[in-house]
Amino acid sequence: MTPLLDVKNLRVTFPTRQGEFEAVRGVSFTLGKERLGIVGESGSGKSMTGRAILRLIRPPGRVEADKMELHGRDLLSMSEKEMQGVRGQKISMVMQDPKFSLNPVMTIADQIMEIYRFHTGAGKKAAWAKAIEMLEAVSIRDPERVMRSYPHEMSGGMGQRIMIAMMLVTEPEILIADEPTSALDVSVQTQVLSIIDRLVRERGMGLIFISHDLKLVSSFCDRVLIMYAGRVVEVCEADKLDQATHPYTRGLLGSLPDIRHPKDRLEVLKRDETWRIAESVSGRT
Amino acid sequence: MTDTDMQKQTLREWLMTDTPTSRRHAKFAALYSGWLTLKSNSMAMIGLGILLLLVLIAAAAPLLAPMDPLVQSLGDRLQPPGTEGHLLGTDSLGRDILSRMIYGSRITLYIVALVALIAPIVGLLVGTVAGYTGGWIDTILMRITDIFLAFPRLVLALAFVAALGPGIENAVLAISLTAWPPYARIARAETLTIRNSDYIAAIKLQGARAFRIITRHIWPLCISSLIVRVTLDMAGVILAAAGLGFLGLGAQPPSPEWGAMIAEGRRFILDHWWVATMPGLAIFTVSLAFNLLGDGLRDVLDPKEGGHS
Amino acid sequence: MSHIHIENLNVWFGDGADRVDAVKNATFDVPSGASFGLVGESGSGKSTILRAIMGLAPTWSGTIQVGDFKLGKKRPKDFYKDVQMVFQDPYASLHPRHSVDQVLGETLSLHGFKDIDNRIMKLLDDVGLGPAFRFRYPHQLSGGQRQRVAIARALAPEPSVILLDEPTSALDVSVQAEVLNLLSDLREEHKLTYLMVSHNLAVVAHMCDATAVMQNGEIVEVMTVEDMRAMNPAHPYTKHLLDSSFGYNPDAAQSA
Repeated sequence: MTPLLDVKNLRVTFPTRQGEFEAVRGVSFTLGKERLGIVGESGSGKSMTGRAILRLIRPPGRVEADKMELHGRDLLSMSEKEMQGVRGQKISMVMQDPKFSLNPVMTIADQIMEIYRFHTGAGKKAAWAKAIEMLEAVSIRDPERVMRSYPHEMSGGMGQRIMIAMMLVTEPEILIADEPTSALDVSVQTQVLSIIDRLVRERGMGLIFISHDLKLVSSFCDRVLIMYAGRVVEVCEADKLDQATHPYTRGLLGSLPDIRHPKDRLEVLKRDETWRIAESVSGRT
Repeated sequence: MTDTDMQKQTLREWLMTDTPTSRRHAKFAALYSGWLTLKSNSMAMIGLGILLLLVLIAAAAPLLAPMDPLVQSLGDRLQPPGTEGHLLGTDSLGRDILSRMIYGSRITLYIVALVALIAPIVGLLVGTVAGYTGGWIDTILMRITDIFLAFPRLVLALAFVAALGPGIENAVLAISLTAWPPYARIARAETLTIRNSDYIAAIKLQGARAFRIITRHIWPLCISSLIVRVTLDMAGVILAAAGLGFLGLGAQPPSPEWGAMIAEGRRFILDHWWVATMPGLAIFTVSLAFNLLGDGLRDVLDPKEGGHS
Repeated sequence: MSHIHIENLNVWFGDGADRVDAVKNATFDVPSGASFGLVGESGSGKSTILRAIMGLAPTWSGTIQVGDFKLGKKRPKDFYKDVQMVFQDPYASLHPRHSVDQVLGETLSLHGFKDIDNRIMKLLDDVGLGPAFRFRYPHQLSGGQRQRVAIARALAPEPSVILLDEPTSALDVSVQAEVLNLLSDLREEHKLTYLMVSHNLAVVAHMCDATAVMQNGEIVEVMTVEDMRAMNPAHPYTKHLLDSSFGYNPDAAQSA
């Protein structure tokens, strides 16, 4: 059974003045109709992994892999034109801050309809109807008014829901969510996550959830990849996270303050050079 | 590796370090890093090269010029380029164009240096004080800026000439007085942004007064945009001086100012194109050089590019 | 005699029809040597209270008393020797063109200290940065390192009160642990009083003895940390914050 996404030994490299910098080093995983979480701190390469899948890394950055296939189709050898048929249509991405990912000078209607019409060639009326349908799917109560508004008139939570609507309007198979709730207030987070939860389940999509928040990812996803210095150091089932074995994962878990289990001092992660050098753990099933 | 190789290696390491050991070390490392960025932009390096050449030529003018720029030789009028002894030809009074251009570079540099000093400094002062203080001081200073901005350069130059007599210094003054307002605006815009930063709030919380905040915290951040603007402006300044010279308001004959040379050669442009074209090419080249350098400097100095060094 | 006494504090921006009330009738006390939290979401007014105390808010009414200082429109010079603040964003709180040495040196000289070199070395030591960091510029420092410099700057005048505005929100989890430990150690060593703002309940529960919960500019509840640990909130908003702090709960989502 071909997985939705099959990645083997993904590497992302950037040339710098001090030599070559490897942002992602040998990441491997498969994605089925499941929720995969990728957790790491800044500099771990988690966002780069998401961008590399969509081939959003511009030269002089280089993306290389032994295999990077969507439903058996090789993503690496696709031309830019073919990739445009993949981005937004087969694989969509929701990013952190709707302030920066929504076009400030276009109405919401224009933005959603543009995407829909670009990928499906539909007419204006059909696109409008589809846009309204999507806005209702993300629990926006007054879709007509929102359609006519501009992004700056929306709150953070609404902006992110609009972003999700935009990214799912073409019914993609995979959604990559890169810190989708980090810029939102805690109460709005729950709402946005439940919308992602519902939509992913209803449409049978695969989800890659990239975040720095271990607690969040473990409560939301099925499987978790923990990344450090461009490598995957551990893979585990989300509900078995507290039984994780790698010292980095245990260190991350230990350094979180916990309301119910008070500690005098938080555990300080002692970084080990060997984590950086060790082989990437495969997340392939 | 030879000894000199090893020395070069450690000097480079010293400059590229990210743990500087003293204030001087940190400053040098920062400068070196900026230099490397500039070096990677070949257009900017071309611009820099041309400008260095200009400085060299101006400095060594007496050594380089084949003839006296002021000596007339009416028998040799309007000789084309390539004539014996006159690489770029002669003008209407038989003076060697190459020598006049070489000496003219001094005048160009003089103008450029004066304006580059006066205009941005005045602009910085006015702009930062206006931006930081706000209120009616801001309003007054900005209205004064608007008034100066409204003056066309030539009109102001004419006024100066009428009042003080023609000459290069008065032309430079006229140009500077119309050149400073954009710098004030840039400085003010930067100040308004910077004023609300956390690091300004933090230094206020240490009891710092406005003077210290403006001079030590705001000026260093404005200077980058001003430097870039100066280099990009220089092209316009040279052309303005040339224009004034063309009108007879700047350098006076027989001074070999490039603009004045074009004016003299205007009458002969159809049959003796070189008299006006040669100084024109010089102005073009120097203006282009400033533009290229300015572009390159912007990449190096742009404060928006926060994470670079 | 509490060290920080806030009574009926109102902070607003703008006038008349444009007036926005950022803080409404806030009242709380912080005893000397204690650590008090202000928890809430964005727009709750928590950071505004800190800015009002530091004199960075233009229009306010009510009583603000810190130690012996009963505060009015302006802050007396020695106020800043006693009360300092650490800002949220480590990437914005250090001047991009000043090295660590300049930042600390300027602070020390503004407060009238003479033996600046020694003090800089000691401050860098206190916050866990060695002398190697002394001449670096902010862009050569990581987020955690910048925050340590900001803490060193706050410690320089030898204050007794430090206001902390979300000091670890912009930091990675492992770095957060280091910085929080550092803050705890410094508080014990220098007998400091902390007023800490955060949106993260777990951080507040770890660092503070008591906390006020804010919503829309008002304090809805003041809890001790024991109450928080016992998951015993009085106000529904507090309960909502507590529930959300444990990650995603699909059942809670249904009721949201």
